Amino acid sequence: MIKTDPLKRILYIDLTKKKFWVEERPDLFEKFLGGTGVAIALLQENCSSDTDPFSPENPIIFAVGPLNGLFPIASKTVAMFKSPHTGNLGESHAGGRSAIAIRMAGYGAIVIKGKSERPCYISIHGDKVFFRDATTLWGLEESAGRIIRTREPGAGLRTIMRIGPAGEKLVSFACVTLETYRHFGRLGLGTVFGSKNLKALLVSGKRDLSVTDFKEYKNLYSLLLRELSESEKMKKYHELGTPANVLPLSFSKGIPIKNLRTNELLGIENISGEVFAQKHLGRRVACCHCPVACIHLAALRKPYEDEPYFYRTVYLSYDYELIYALGSMLGITSSEDILKLIEVVEDMGLDAISTGVVLAWVTEAFEKGIISEKQTEGIIPEWGNLNAYVEIVRKIVYGESEFYKDIARGVDHASSKYGGKDFALTYGKNEMPGYHTGYGAHIGYLFGARHSHLDSAGYAIDKEAMTKHFTAEQIVEKILNEEQWRQILSSLVICFFGREIYTPEIVLKSLKLAGYELDESNLRKIAQDIYAEKYRFKIKSGFNFDSLNLPRRVFELPSSNGQINEDFARRCIEILKIKIRDLL
Amino acid sequence: MPVYVKDSEKCVGCLICIFACGRAHQAVGLESSCIKVRSQGGISRGFSVWVCRGCEDPPCARACPEDALLVRKNGGVLLNESKCTGCGYCIKACVLDAIGWNSLTNKPVICIQCGECAKNCPYKVMEFKRK
Repeated sequence: MIKTDPLKRILYIDLTKKKFWVEERPDLFEKFLGGTGVAIALLQENCSSDTDPFSPENPIIFAVGPLNGLFPIASKTVAMFKSPHTGNLGESHAGGRSAIAIRMAGYGAIVIKGKSERPCYISIHGDKVFFRDATTLWGLEESAGRIIRTREPGAGLRTIMRIGPAGEKLVSFACVTLETYRHFGRLGLGTVFGSKNLKALLVSGKRDLSVTDFKEYKNLYSLLLRELSESEKMKKYHELGTPANVLPLSFSKGIPIKNLRTNELLGIENISGEVFAQKHLGRRVACCHCPVACIHLAALRKPYEDEPYFYRTVYLSYDYELIYALGSMLGITSSEDILKLIEVVEDMGLDAISTGVVLAWVTEAFEKGIISEKQTEGIIPEWGNLNAYVEIVRKIVYGESEFYKDIARGVDHASSKYGGKDFALTYGKNEMPGYHTGYGAHIGYLFGARHSHLDSAGYAIDKEAMTKHFTAEQIVEKILNEEQWRQILSSLVICFFGREIYTPEIVLKSLKLAGYELDESNLRKIAQDIYAEKYRFKIKSGFNFDSLNLPRRVFELPSSNGQINEDFARRCIEILKIKIRDLL
Repeated sequence: MPVYVKDSEKCVGCLICIFACGRAHQAVGLESSCIKVRSQGGISRGFSVWVCRGCEDPPCARACPEDALLVRKNGGVLLNESKCTGCGYCIKACVLDAIGWNSLTNKPVICIQCGECAKNCPYKVMEFKRK
């Protein structure tokens, strides 16, 4: 690490005392690079095993890495906290302008602790930190970002992270939205913001950084920019974006439909990436310092019902995961209806994936008579019924009844109380991502440190497995290798979409320019250390290998790789347990 | 006018041009850039790009009380750093907001008419033509 690099500076903010200070920790950034590596080390330092996720003691940690601000597509920020949704490790990644803003403000990490007496928002402008009153913003459905943005300097080079009503009301899967269209979606970071009376966080800054060899730097930069803009490997993100996966996954029966009860959905072609692009794509935008522009915004034109010749056009970002969770999972086959559901989920500030899986569970539980109109307060959830789903989403946030408060804690909690565990699609208490592709996906969710499809991209392993036979040992090996390598990418912090460009060789070259003299075996060791550190935190916080099981439903419906065999899955689980324990 | 904004509706807000401008000024980051990209009141409305158009009779040079900005033959200005006192009048004079500010040196960042912003733009929002 270059001696003058401000990356080593950690900004601590105490919301209770309204104080802030900076600590220099080159040791952490030398050992763990940045991003997820430094964040887990800081979580270990700042969050004990008995910390209640809703308590002021639960820290919010944001971390960036040495390549942010230096190279393209190093555009992500890692957030770490104890998850109010699972009670365990909370980790979520987001782009927007956050990573560059934090780096340019002169920090490698920000740690927020305590609880504000009144609603507030924090404004960080370089070395200055302001605690601003947000009592007027609390409870507003319209974006607090819109109001904050007109009152604060730094336009063009700042990030504004904010929560919606779901975070304020402590729904356990509330998200943090940044730059209107990006999210720290999973595991309830928005809830932690809400529990601290923290409505928003703005960061801005501007500076120059150092590299070890400017000429080399310029050469590598040009190469990477060209690769990211022109390579075939990036094409799918450029063109249709992640929704390009809808059709191929529906052909291979990998996209979950109606809570995984069936793999047939009549009309699924109407919610394909192609249809979204053709009918709705209104604009494409990018995260800061990424040429790919994978963010696809749909323009949804809505008439005013009470006023003829008045329309409003809303822009909504759509991705594969949203089309799955708020579309196929709920039997919705109209792209307009999916966008309308996305709109309410955005307005409320909820995690889209968890919301979709909650709605799917509610629908099936209702069909099976486990819950009735008495619980839903007269709303009849049924596959494809947009209006019912919109109403339920609002009640998840605003509902006063016991039932709505229960489902506001997610599927795991609701099914523990009402029954319906067999079709509760959760992994480590986190709701299922959109891939029913085979062992790689499901075992990956179960063992992924954050129970996300992005931990190990099991669906990619499953894609390979469709044409090649893998033993349980081989699948486990692939999951572990991928998840460990991803610790490096997310410590730098490179967007996973750039993973095929940032090979170990390129990563080492880039790191050299950032002042890190490492070889591949050093990298692999760091990856393993970070991964093990996460598992140590998980186990300390109550994660139990022996209670790990896949949801019953997974075995009942053929996946892209055919029926999932329970014995084979069990074998994978057993091997993984041993392998992970060996690392600790 | 070596660089002109051809179609800002195509701008995705990636800020690759700002980093390119920094590199053209021999720096890594955002401090040494003069080009600016800002959302038009929210990202859904798209972006505006503010870049030096290389005026032939540049108001920034006229506003400089120290004659630190020298008018170039084909438009635009050159900064004579030794004369510049960091008063910032040039910035106020530029209606395009196309002059940057380096808060470490306390001096303006002036477009060097190199076209790196346009050459790096992945979506050809800008075009570079050498006169």
